[in-house]
Amino acid sequence: MNTPLRRISRFVALLFAALLVSSTVIQFVQAPSIDARPGNTRTTLDSYSRDRGSIIVGDTPIARSVATPRDQIAYQRTYPDAKLYSQVTGYFSVVYGAGGGLEGSADDLLAGTADQLFYRRVTDVLTGRQVSGASLRLTIDAKAQEAADQALGDQRGAVVALDPRTGAILAMVSHPQYDPNQLASHDGGTQQKAWTQDNSAASYQPIVNRAIGGNLYPPGSVFKIVTAAAALENGVVTPQTQIPAPARLDLPQTSVGLPNENGQACGANDRTTLQHALEISCNTAMGYLGMQLGADRLGAEAEKFGFGQTLRVPTRVSPSAFPTDLDQAQTARAAIGQESVRVTPLQVAMVAAAVANKGVVMKPYLVQDVLASDLSTIDEAQPEQLGQAMSEQTAATLTQMLIGVVQQGTGTPAQIPGVQVAGKTGTAEQGNGKPPHAWFTAFAPANDPKVAVAVVVEDGGNAGSEAAGGRNAGPVAKAVIEAVLNR
Amino acid sequence: MTTTVATLVPRTRRNVELLLLLVAVGLVLLAWVNVDLGVRETVPAQLLTVGGGLLGLSLAFHLVIRWKASYADPVLLPIATLLNGFGLVMIHRIDLAGGRDGLDSNAGKQLVWTALSVVIAATVVVVLRDHRLLQRKTFTAMALGLVLLLLPLVPFLGTEIYGSRIWIRLGPLSFQPGEIAKLTITVFFAGYLVQARDVLSLAGRKVLGFTFPRMRDLGPILVAWVVSILVLVAEKDLGSSLLFFGLFVGMLYIATERTSWVVLGLLMFAGSAYVAYLLFGHVQERVMLWLDPFSASSLAVSDQIAKGLMGMAAGGLFGTGLGQGRPWLVAFADSDFIFPSFGEELGLFGVFALLALYAIFVERGLRTALGVRDGFGKLLAFGLSFSVALQCFVVIGGVTRVIPLTGLTTPFMSQGGSSLLANWTLMALLLRISDQARRPVPEAKPLPRDEPGRVGENTEVVRVR
Repeated sequence: MNTPLRRISRFVALLFAALLVSSTVIQFVQAPSIDARPGNTRTTLDSYSRDRGSIIVGDTPIARSVATPRDQIAYQRTYPDAKLYSQVTGYFSVVYGAGGGLEGSADDLLAGTADQLFYRRVTDVLTGRQVSGASLRLTIDAKAQEAADQALGDQRGAVVALDPRTGAILAMVSHPQYDPNQLASHDGGTQQKAWTQDNSAASYQPIVNRAIGGNLYPPGSVFKIVTAAAALENGVVTPQTQIPAPARLDLPQTSVGLPNENGQACGANDRTTLQHALEISCNTAMGYLGMQLGADRLGAEAEKFGFGQTLRVPTRVSPSAFPTDLDQAQTARAAIGQESVRVTPLQVAMVAAAVANKGVVMKPYLVQDVLASDLSTIDEAQPEQLGQAMSEQTAATLTQMLIGVVQQGTGTPAQIPGVQVAGKTGTAEQGNGKPPHAWFTAFAPANDPKVAVAVVVEDGGNAGSEAAGGRNAGPVAKAVIEAVLNR
Repeated sequence: MTTTVATLVPRTRRNVELLLLLVAVGLVLLAWVNVDLGVRETVPAQLLTVGGGLLGLSLAFHLVIRWKASYADPVLLPIATLLNGFGLVMIHRIDLAGGRDGLDSNAGKQLVWTALSVVIAATVVVVLRDHRLLQRKTFTAMALGLVLLLLPLVPFLGTEIYGSRIWIRLGPLSFQPGEIAKLTITVFFAGYLVQARDVLSLAGRKVLGFTFPRMRDLGPILVAWVVSILVLVAEKDLGSSLLFFGLFVGMLYIATERTSWVVLGLLMFAGSAYVAYLLFGHVQERVMLWLDPFSASSLAVSDQIAKGLMGMAAGGLFGTGLGQGRPWLVAFADSDFIFPSFGEELGLFGVFALLALYAIFVERGLRTALGVRDGFGKLLAFGLSFSVALQCFVVIGGVTRVIPLTGLTTPFMSQGGSSLLANWTLMALLLRISDQARRPVPEAKPLPRDEPGRVGENTEVVRVR
C-alpha cells in the first residue's frame, strides 16, 4: 500500500502548495488593488484613524481628536462647543466624510496630507513619530461669536463680522445650528439620524452655512451702499445734488412703478439728497440713480466689491450675483437690492468693510495660523487686497452718510453710546406673501473702523411680516460691535 | 561476518517533544500578550493562571504519552498545542473587539472545550492500548457514523444555523455531530477496505486500459456517494460532503492501488456537483461568489469573501501585528474565517507558518501510515491525516478562492467545541498508531553462529503489499 501512499502524499503537497500560492496572490500580488477598491472599509477606517489636527479659537480647541484605544477607529472627533461653531468647523464623519466647513475645506492640512507638510511628514516617518495633522488657529473672536449667537437667539439667519483692515473673519454664525458631534459619532445609527435631521428641509437644513453658502439672500436696501458708491464714483451725483424722490417712481413698461415703503415722497418737491435718501432708505431716489447709472455700471461696481467671485476662506463662499441683461425697470429694482440680486452675508460685510477701509476690499480669511503638532507655526495668514471698490474720497463721503443712517435714520437701534457707528438697514422683500428678510450692516468706530458686520434675520425672525432691518437686525449688529470693541 | 549497514537505533524522542511543547506554549503566551498589548495596552491579568493551566495541561498530556505511548511521534502534540493555542488567541482577540471577555466569551468557552478535548484525547491514548482493537468495531463505527451524520435531520433535535442543518441542540449545548462522524467513518472505511481490498482490486473488467470493478463490489462506493449527496442536499453542508467523498476515494485508492477507482470517483463527484449546481440556488451562489466576489451581484448575496480578501490584503507581507488589525469586520472571523484573520494580523509570513504547521502535521500522519505494519493501521493513519489535509484545503482554499467556499472548520483553530474535540481525538489516534509504527519490532534473539539450522524459526513471513 506504500506506493499509492507516496503518490497521494505528493498530491497532498500539491494541495498545500495551492494554498501557499493563493495566499501569496491575495496578500502580495493583488493586495494593492484590493486595498484601493471602493468600499474597502479598512482603507476608509485607516484614514479615519489618523491623529487629526485641532481647530482652535483663541487658545481653546473647537474641534479636536481624542484617542479611543478600545474603539475600532483610533480617534474620535469631538467638538467641545459644538453648536456655536458648527458651521465654522463642519463635520468629520466616518460615513459622510469631512465637510460642511474647515473639516472639509482644510482636510489635507488637518489630516496632514497637504503639500506644505511634506517635509514634516518625511521627518516624522524618519524619526518614528506618528504622522499627525496640522492644527488651525482661527481669526474668530470668541466673544464676538458668542455675542452674535446670543443676539440672534432662536431666529434663523446669519452674522458675519470682519476686521475691515485685514479681512480677518471675527465672527461667523449661522442659525439654525447643528451638532457635529453627532455626525462624528462612531455609532452608525446616531450618524445617520443626525445626517437626516441636519439636511432636512423641515428643520431648515442647519448643515448649510448661511453666512457664506447655501441659497443666497436678496440683499434689499443694504445694496443701496453699492448703488450709492457707483453713483458717486461715476459722478452721477454729488452729496449735495437734489435727486428725484417721489412716492412712486415711474418705470418704463410697468404700470406699478417703484413705490416707497411708506408710500410717501422722500423730500419736499419729490426731491432729496443722497444723504437723506440713504438715511431713510428711499427706494425711488436710489431706483432713479440706478436707471441713471445703467445696469452695466452698477454691475461693474458690484463686481469691484467682490460680486461674482468665488472666494475660499478656505471654505468655499458662494459667489454673490448681480444679474445681467437688465432693462431699465429691472435696473431700478436691482439698485435697491431686489430683482435677482443675490448675496451672502459675508459679501454684505465686505461691502461695509470696503467703505470702512477707505475703499479697499480685503480678501476675507478664517485661518490665522497653521500650527504643527508641536505648536510651531507652519504658515501664517497674510492680509491680501481683493481690489479697490471706490476712491478714498467716496469712502469718506459714504461713511458720513452711513453715520447719519444710525444717528437719525432707519438704523437708530444700532446706536452705541460713545461709539460712532456707520450702518445701513435692509428689508428684503421675498414676494409670495413671505415675510421679508431683515438686514443690517455696519462698521465702527466710524473714524477708526475695527469691525464691519453684516446681519440677516431670515423671514423677519420673531417680528414676522412686521420685520424691518433696523429694528430686527440692528441690535444683533450692535451686540457684535460691542463685543469686539470692549474686548 | 561484519555488518556494513548501520541500523537505526529506535529512539522515543520524548525529550524533543517536551522541548517543542515548551516552545509552543511559549509562542502562544507571547501571542496572547501581543494581542492584549495591541488592543488594550495591558498585559493580560490572567496570564499566569491561564498560561500555567495551558502549560500544565500540555505537560500532563506529554506525561501520558511518556507513560502509555513512549514511541509516539514527537511533533504531533506540539503542533496541535500551537494551533489550538493560536486559535484561542485569535478568538480572544475577536472577543475583545466585540467587547467580550472572561469565561462567557467565545474564547472562554473554547478554553473549556480545549481542556475537555485534551482530557478525552489523553483518555483515548490510555484506554486504547492498540489501534487494531478498533478494527473489530468496523460496523459499529459505520452505524454510529451514519446516525451522527443524520442526527441533525431529526426534528426538534437538529437546528439550522446560517443555512446549514448540521447542528444538534440539547438544552444549552449545541454540537456538530458530523465532526465526530468524520472519525467513526474513517474507522469504518479503514476496517471495511482492509477486508475487501483483494476483491476490489483484483476482480473487474478492463475498459480503455483501466480495470473497472464489478458492479457488486461497487456497492459501498455507491453508498458513500449517495450519503454524501444526501448530506449535501438535506443539510446543505457542501464542505462535509466534499470531505467525506474525498476521504473515501483516497482510502479506496490506497487500499486497492487502482487508479480506476479514483477516475470513477472523480467522474461521479463531477457529475453530482454539476447536477447540484443546476438544481440548487445556494450552490450557484457559491460559484458566483467564487468567480467574482467583488461584483455587485455577488456583494448583494454576501460580502464575506470580499471582506476576507480585503482583510488579507490589508495584512500584506508582514501583517498589521496581533491586536492591531480589524479582522472582526469579516463575519465569522473566529470560525470559518479565522485564517483571513491571521492573514490580516500576521501577514503572508504568518500564513505560511500556519500552513507549514498543518503540512507538517499531515506529513507526520502520512509518515506514520507508511511506517505502521498492519493494513488497518495504514489505512486509518492515512485516512485521519488525509482528512486533516482535505479539511485545510477545503476551508482555506475556500477563503482564498482556490475553490468555492463551502464552510468547514479550520482544524484545531476555529471556534467550536465539536471540531476541537474531534481533532484532538484524531491526534490521539495518530499518536497511538505512530507509537506502533515507531516501536522497535520485538527483538529476535541473536542467532548463535554455530546453529544455522534454526534460522527458519525466526523468519518472519512478510506479505508484500
